[in-house]
This record gives sequence, structure tokens and C-alpha cells, in this order.
Amino acid sequence: MVNGEPIIDIRGLTKRFSGRTVVDAIDMTVRQGEIVGFLGPNGSGKTTTIRMICGLLRPDGGTGTCLGYDIARESHLIKLNVGYMTQRFSLYEDLTIRENLDFVGRLYELEPRADFVDAALDRLGLTGRQHQLAGTLSGGWKQRLALAASVMHRPKLLLLDEPTAGVDPKARREFWDEIHDLAGEGLTVLVSTHYMDEAERCHRIVYISYGTIVARGTVPEVVAASGLHTIIIRGGDQATIARRLRDRAGIEQAAIFGNDLHVVGADPVVLETSVAATIAGTGATAETGETILEDVFIRLMNDGGAAPDNGGQPT
Amino acid sequence: MRYRRFSGSRITAVMAKEVIQMRRDHLTFAMIIGVPILQLILFGYAINTDPRQLPTVVVAADAGPVTRSLMAAMDTSDYFAIADRAVDEPTAERLIARGEAAFIVTIPDHFERDLVRGERPQILVQADATDPAATSGGLNALTTLIERAIARNGTGSGTPDGGGVELVLHRLYNPEGITAHNIVPGLLGTILTMTTILMTGLALTREVERGTIENLMATPARPHEIMLGKIVPYIGFGFLQVAVILIAAALLFAVPLEGPLLALLTVTLIFIAANVTLGYTFSTIARNQMQAMQMTFFFFLPSILLSGFMFPYRGMPGWAQALGEVIPLTHFLRAVRAIMLKGSGMVEVIPHVWPLAVILALISVVALARYRRTLD
Repeated sequence: MVNGEPIIDIRGLTKRFSGRTVVDAIDMTVRQGEIVGFLGPNGSGKTTTIRMICGLLRPDGGTGTCLGYDIARESHLIKLNVGYMTQRFSLYEDLTIRENLDFVGRLYELEPRADFVDAALDRLGLTGRQHQLAGTLSGGWKQRLALAASVMHRPKLLLLDEPTAGVDPKARREFWDEIHDLAGEGLTVLVSTHYMDEAERCHRIVYISYGTIVARGTVPEVVAASGLHTIIIRGGDQATIARRLRDRAGIEQAAIFGNDLHVVGADPVVLETSVAATIAGTGATAETGETILEDVFIRLMNDGGAAPDNGGQPT
Repeated sequence: MRYRRFSGSRITAVMAKEVIQMRRDHLTFAMIIGVPILQLILFGYAINTDPRQLPTVVVAADAGPVTRSLMAAMDTSDYFAIADRAVDEPTAERLIARGEAAFIVTIPDHFERDLVRGERPQILVQADATDPAATSGGLNALTTLIERAIARNGTGSGTPDGGGVELVLHRLYNPEGITAHNIVPGLLGTILTMTTILMTGLALTREVERGTIENLMATPARPHEIMLGKIVPYIGFGFLQVAVILIAAALLFAVPLEGPLLALLTVTLIFIAANVTLGYTFSTIARNQMQAMQMTFFFFLPSILLSGFMFPYRGMPGWAQALGEVIPLTHFLRAVRAIMLKGSGMVEVIPHVWPLAVILALISVVALARYRRTLD
């Protein structure tokens, strides 16, 4: 359901906290119906950017619109049409599930409120536990409740700030299924995450590091744009090989994944030479492998923003 | 969706939430009920003090040498500050009813003549006994002063006890001088000051500490809606305390309610509103619940010390009285003592109520200005 209409459109957005630039002149466009992954290490400015988009923080520079409203001047109109799920569970633990949803229903003036709340409970599968205190829910349920609360008023844009931190894989899978269902109904989603598998479930990703966007595009685009090459080594004493490789020319990363040692470098020729020299006589074999998103992210994190901002289409 | 600047639904959302949270917080709820009863019992004892320079009016129908001598003696003594010498009786009564005078000394017609004839003329002393501690020292001193004034003039038959004069004492408003009658209205104010400021002081800081403020700010709720939603329930809780205190006061200390209940409730409403708004202002300034609590106690201390609750207002030095004027409790105490003990109605207590209303308006402006619309 992706069409051309930009839902988020920001230019040169900047935020400083006591003189320190946390978000540095970033541009970003998110179109209607897209699920865009917002990635980057801790403290890179993801949360700050999301907060500026929904009017919780005032930008120090740049301009932007969200749902066609100016983010600096019309935040009250943006808030009416945006669902925002905070990183921390920010509903009331001393209110029951139903009371929390009632609270949200009243805030958005949903009428008839009981119908909205019942529908949300039903969709959540929590009708039977609606009188349980929210604080007694497990992490996965809390996060589903928070999601239900943030979409109850049928927003046009959903902002999710690391929604699945500390949630088990099954709950995460279900959560993402729900996100795709919502996107299928036309909801636009901007989601920040640390998880590679989640990044891969997004239509597009934006990678931010030290307040600057350093990569963007679809997953294959970002991988291709990184210019990284990967060799997979199997057999031999992988820990020793990995240690030796890290001192060699042209090797950026050497990481063990189970029985495979992933060796990553930018120059395929130097990479191959270094690998061949290191594994000679160890009994290990090497073959060309596929560079994965995680390799690209490790590289981006190590570079700390030095990588070029490329990745296909302008976003 | 259409955007409304003022939404009853959004205010109700916050109000309903606050009430539920309070109801579930058993400890705080027990405090709302328990603190008033505990304090009533503890403070049932008097805090005795000896204030000076009490405003006194003299209704002198006779102005002979003994009268002049007596007035001079009263003036020089520390206890009395003679505000007016030439008033008629109705004026004097009005002054004491409004709390502008603490004593009326009435010297009857033919006082000097009767004194010389040895007919033991009466001097009537009426004292505002709503605060017995404040007036008892003055009453004791007066007997001695009259004796000396007569002795100095060498008149009268000079009996050892009365000095030829019969001193008639009228303790107005609280005839038995029961301290509890003064303390209870005072406690009503102090308890409300402490609990309502503290509860609302925690209202916003708790949301900040728990991280729920981020969610609340991301919703369309406006600052004034959040403020009203958080303040109104605590006004309700305040009235719950008023009920507890008034019932306990009637049962334990038999404190009368002379004036109209409606006047008492109206004054109390304005007072509680001022306090919860102040608490809310604290909570917009404080970074966490700890700070909000410290600010509450920082405010509470001068409130009980300078308002006339702990020490009689008239016993304080001028600068302390000036400070006391900006404290809501000061005005509330005057109004409530007047209503409960003097039987004053709404009209009589207007002079004490308008300062409260001004304080409330000022605090509201500050609270709204202080509220952060963003997380910056």
C-alpha cells in the first residue's frame, strides 16, 4: 500500500542538548504505507529524532512536516493523528488494562469509548484479563498493550521507539506480524530497533550514527552500497584463525557464527590474499559468502559516521 | 479529526486516572484519613505563648484623671497597643468582630465620681478569646495596671483586692478559653496545607519518574487540561479531610460551628484550590518526587510558624507578619476562626477571602507558565 504521499518529510533537522549536537541536520522522507526501520547504536539520536517528529522536542534547526503539519508549530495537530509507543512502558502500571485503554480513549475523545476499548481488547486477546493491573503483565504483553493503546485512535502514522527491547522471539514475531497487518491497512510506520532481523522486516532502513544518517535504502541496497565482501571459513581452529586475521591487512571484521567464521573486508583481492595466507596449513577451507546486514552495521558503527551516505534512491 | 482547545473528555481522562490511582494507593489514602485524626489528637494541647502589643480600643464614657492614668499605664505596658480612645460601643464591637481589636475596655459613665464615693464602679473588659493564648497574658496584666492607676491618683477606698474597682471580664467567642477551639480551625488549615500540597506536588513528578509523562505529552492533552485534571480530584480529597476534621472536632473537642456551613465550605474551597495549585506548581519545578517533597516541607514550615497557627500572629515582629500575609494559611485561619467561633458569615470574612483569591490567581498563572510542553 505504499504510494507517493510523504507522511514524514524533514530537512536539516538538528537538536542540541547543552551545546552538544545530538541530531545533526538530518533529512528523511517516509511515504504513506511504508515501514521504515530506524537503526543506529545507542545514543545515536534515534529517540531524539522521533521525539522531534511528534512534537515532544523542539528542533534547534531545520524544518519538517509530519502528516502535512509543521513539526515546530502544529504539534497539537500531529499528536491527534500519530500513535507513539515509547521505549519504556509508559502506560500506568497501577491501572488495569481496561482503565488504561479507557484513559487513552478519553484523551482522544473516542466515541463510543466502550466500543473502541472492547475492540482493542478483542484484537489484543486480553478481554478475559481486562481487569488485571497493567503492571502485572509480562514484558511481551505490556508491549502489545502499549501498541494497542497507541493505535486505538486509528492514527495515520505510528512511531515506535525500540518496541521489542527485552521481548522474547515469539512475542517479537507476533508483534511484527501485527505491524505488517497495520501497514497493510494503510498505516505508515517508523520503527527504531537494534535487531537485524527486525531491520530486515522493514521496507526500508535508515541508519543514523552520531546524529548523522550514514546509510539508507532497502536492505540489499544498503548491503551493496557498503562495498563489503565476505569470505566464510569453515573448519580448523577458528578462534586462533580469527585472532590472526584481525591483525592482517584488508580485514575489517572476523566474527564466528556457530561453525562459520565470517571474514569481511572492503577490497576483495586483499581480503582473499590475507585469508589464504592465514589459513594455509590449518586444515580450514574458505569460500566466498554473502555479506549480511549485521556486517554492514558493525562497519558503520566502527566508522562512526565516516561512511558515505548512499543507497540508491534519494529518500 | 477536529481539534478543540478545551476538551472535557481529556480533562475527565486525567481526573478519572488520578482518582483510580489514589484509590489503589492504600498508604496515601490511609494518610488522607489518618493524618487529620492523629494531628487533632496531638495538637489538642495548647501551644502557649505570650504575645504583646495587642490592639485595644477604649470606650471611655468618663475621662477623668484615673481613666487617663489607666490608659497611659496600658499604653506603656507591653501588652496593649491602644488603637482608638474615642469610639462608641457599636464601633468597638465591629472592630473586635473583624479581628482588628483584641480588647475593648469600657469605662462607664460617672466612673471617677463613683470611684471617689467608694461605690466600686465596673470596668468592662471584653477580650477576643478565639485564641485564648493570645489574650490571657493581657487580661492578667490588666488587673495589676488598674490597681496601680488608682493608687497613683490616691482615689478610692483602696481595698486590697479590687482597688475600689470591679473588673468585669468577658471572654468573647470562646468563653471558657478552650484552646482546642482555637487549635481545631487552625489544624483544619495546616492539615489541608500539608496534604494537598504534597499530594499534588507528587502528581507530575511521579509521571516524570515513571516515564509516563512522555506518553501523556504525546497525546493531544493540553497543559491546562492536564492541570485541571490533576487538580480537581485533589480538591475532592481535600474536602474528604475537611469532613474528617470537622466530625472529629465536633466529637472529640465539641468545637462549635457558630457561622454558616456554606461560608466555611466556600472559604475552604478557595483555600484548597490555592494549595493544590501551589503543589502543582512545585511539581512543575521539581525534577523528582524527592524534590517535590522537600519543597512542600520548605513551604509548610513558615506556614505553620507565621500564619498564626503555632504562635499568635500579633505576637510576631513586623517582618514576620508581612511574610505571613503572603501565606494562604494566614488568611484562611482568620476566616475560619471567624466563621467557626465568632459566627461570622460570608460578608464579614470577605477581607480574609480576597487575599486568598489573589494568591490563587497568581499561583495558577505561574503553574501554567511553568508547565513544559516538550521534554526539552
